[in-house]
Amino acid sequence: MSATGNGGKQCAAMEKKFVEYLDGRATPADRHAVEAHLAACASCNLRAEEFRALSSVLDDLPEIAPSVSFDASLRARIAAEPARRGFWEWLPSPRLAFAATALLVMSVWLSSGPRSVPGPSIAKHAVEAVQGSKLSADLEFGMISDLPELENFDVISKFDALSELPGAARPSAVERTKETR
Amino acid sequence: MARTDVQLMLEVKAGDEQSFELLLRKYRIPLVNFLYRMVRDTAVAEDLAQEVFLRVYRAREQYAPSAKFTTWMFRIATNLALNSVRDNRHRQMEISMDQSVDTGEDELPGLEVPDRTPSVEQELVARSRSEMIVKAIHRLPEKQRAAVLLHKYQELDYDEIARVLECSESALKSLLFRAYESLRVELAPLVGNRSARA
Repeated sequence: MSATGNGGKQCAAMEKKFVEYLDGRATPADRHAVEAHLAACASCNLRAEEFRALSSVLDDLPEIAPSVSFDASLRARIAAEPARRGFWEWLPSPRLAFAATALLVMSVWLSSGPRSVPGPSIAKHAVEAVQGSKLSADLEFGMISDLPELENFDVISKFDALSELPGAARPSAVERTKETR
Repeated sequence: MARTDVQLMLEVKAGDEQSFELLLRKYRIPLVNFLYRMVRDTAVAEDLAQEVFLRVYRAREQYAPSAKFTTWMFRIATNLALNSVRDNRHRQMEISMDQSVDTGEDELPGLEVPDRTPSVEQELVARSRSEMIVKAIHRLPEKQRAAVLLHKYQELDYDEIARVLECSESALKSLLFRAYESLRVELAPLVGNRSARA
């Protein structure tokens, strides 16, 4: 290959087009460019001839035949491949499959089951209290009356805490009336 | 009408073993020859060829015709061959330089002899020429070797070869040019004779 000056650069530029040209796959523009260069460059023209001769030499390489046992050996390797298994076949036994399914269902049920709460009316009342809604007297009474009976309501309703304290003077009827206004 | 490779492979995917047999019969010889010319060992070449078919078979259920079947198959083959060559080179480096080593590379085996019976001398000449060609190809760097084999003997398109070798088409054409240039020099006695005859 001529490697001097512009000729060298042109030869180098032909490299990528050379193989395509010799294959007959170059675009018309590339084919024209290569042919113009070959007409002007003796060394590239010689190279093109020798590439064609090389292709013919390489054609002389004979093919080899696979051994007679090739196919049988391949089939044996394929037969030795593990059989494809479906999803449930990965479990060792039907009982284990059933147990696994039951366990899964129970886990889902337990994780989504309801928490223990007081009686429904208490829960409802509590929600309403949290939401800050104005409670009616009946509702207030309902809240109190549903509480577990740690105290006797009948007693409490009549209970006057101050009167039970030792030494505390019982207010007069007039004073009690004033207090209630 | 003959089915295409893609159609055959889709049938293999659907469970048709006969279609796999057809692909095996079609590509067994090209594959063994490609691999032999890459690794220069018939036993290794056959083992690798079987490995290629085995991998194609294993991948049948995931097969999707995104590329030509030959591109996929030769990509597997090239990767296996390159790994084998590198493994073999590594093993060679561990062996003492003083020992004479059987590299496992064969003389040209099992030629398919043409129908006309050649003379002994002609056969020796032919064998000698073939040996020269095989050795010259084998002396190429691995990627150039694969490029030449896929281009010259498997007649794959440039874009296919580029996909197999994971390079651009432009890089591939440079690779081919350099490979053929090296072969032209190595095989000068044969090329010169052929050129003079033309």
